[in-house]
Amino acid sequence: MARMKFLCDSKRCIECNGCVTACKNENEVEWGIQRRRVVTINDGDPGETSISVACMHCSDAPCMAVCPTDVFYQTEDGIVLHNKDGCIGCGYCLFACPFGAPQFPSDAAFGERGKMDKCTFCAGGPEEDNSPEEKAKYGSNRIAEGKLPLCAEMCSTKALLAGDASEVSDIFRERVIYRGHNDGAWAQNQAEPQPEADLAYDVTQPKV
Amino acid sequence: MIPNKWLTVKLPFHIMPFLSLMLVLLITLSFSGLAQAASPSEAKVAGFASTAYWDAISKGESGRTQSQANEAGQLINVQGEEWRHWRNQWITPAGAYALGGTLAVLLIFYLLVGQNKLDSARTGNTIERWKRFDRAMHWTVATLFIILAISGLSLLYGKFFLRDALGASLWGNYATLCKLAHNYLGPLFVLGLLLMIVKWMKHNVFNRTDLTWFLQGGGMVGKAHPSAGYMNGGEKAWFWVLTLVGIVVCASGLVMDFPNFGQYRETMQLANLIHGGASLLLIAASFGHIYIGTAGTEGALEGMKTGYVDETWAKQHHDQWYDEVKKSDR
Repeated sequence: MARMKFLCDSKRCIECNGCVTACKNENEVEWGIQRRRVVTINDGDPGETSISVACMHCSDAPCMAVCPTDVFYQTEDGIVLHNKDGCIGCGYCLFACPFGAPQFPSDAAFGERGKMDKCTFCAGGPEEDNSPEEKAKYGSNRIAEGKLPLCAEMCSTKALLAGDASEVSDIFRERVIYRGHNDGAWAQNQAEPQPEADLAYDVTQPKV
Repeated sequence: MIPNKWLTVKLPFHIMPFLSLMLVLLITLSFSGLAQAASPSEAKVAGFASTAYWDAISKGESGRTQSQANEAGQLINVQGEEWRHWRNQWITPAGAYALGGTLAVLLIFYLLVGQNKLDSARTGNTIERWKRFDRAMHWTVATLFIILAISGLSLLYGKFFLRDALGASLWGNYATLCKLAHNYLGPLFVLGLLLMIVKWMKHNVFNRTDLTWFLQGGGMVGKAHPSAGYMNGGEKAWFWVLTLVGIVVCASGLVMDFPNFGQYRETMQLANLIHGGASLLLIAASFGHIYIGTAGTEGALEGMKTGYVDETWAKQHHDQWYDEVKKSDR
């Protein structure tokens, strides 16, 4: 059984926000909500690094653990989904989530947040696959069509990877080995400046 | 900016009996001279790719983003897991034990000691104890309290049994109703409680009589009836618990009820823990108040229902107040 995961290669992300736009368009996400965002650390300084982040579909998902109405469920592929019909908009999933994935259309007085919305790994919701109801509430269901999330599919530098955890880590491991980097691709190690050639995996060059 | 981390306790509430057992064992061992010098086996987490960069992110470092959402620049909210742990492993079970324990103690007390009866027959003459306004205020706040308690408890414990009992669809509607009731009636409760505190505070200043009252256990057990004025020591204690804990519950509730002020997740997590802990304490204490005011004391409910109490009841439970009323009547 597949175990779906996202991975963002911080050495490749160029903060183009293409994933954000792809997600917003594919899922017709409600106004004011952004299911995916790109965060740049050290913006404008040496060592600037960007990471695209959305719901990470945790194995032990904190949102699931704290939801008072128990609307979350995990698919066989490990994708964390939720049933908007049972959502009361209390915001607890937002308090618990490490990645700030759950979003609410409103934050009005008396806790009027509306129903929570988050990344579905392009897997829709509990309604029938690709039905108009599912499309309206959760957006696209690409998984049901055998496709991967559009954010990763459209990533211009292939920084954002989505798919079975073992496949994703195999691709990433290959890059790490090619880069020959002590700290893997996460690092911005100022003490050990890396040669220019190590910065990216060049598909035009033969594999070592 | 890296936010401060909360105190980390990775043990669930249910570890408590085990910990106390260990403590007893440790003390026993140290007294019997068997204790050995404990070797500190600190689990040193081997840093995986532990560069300053990843370290900063996992500690909650914020960056720049195009997203307009609150706190969108923070990649990892480090406080969330702490909050989850405190709420799920401590507040939830401890609250259940507190409520269940209080109910059990009251039931056992009722079975063993029974109702506090009137010693002599009713005289038929009544004295006014609570004015119409006082009663209206009491029952308004009481009704709101009960609605808030039921809706709050449903949202904390409902998922464990109500969801299965009601079915997902009905449960969803019930939970929505609970949340709406909680969020809209909460602020009304705040107003009612504040009014009640202001209106009744003058009756609830502790004095020497209350000390004697407490030392005699309030006359809950046995034949003795310690002296009391308009309010006895127990009533005053409940007033101050309701005032102090109630204000904490109200303030923390308002923090969560008005996300429109853009308060951070960390603030609301803390407010949630304080709100949950304090309100569970208050609900447990209210069981005691409800018991004493209804099944526990003969004739006590009449005062808050009709406004009048029998002279026998007044003499038995509030002798100093009875004397004052009689003196002013003359």
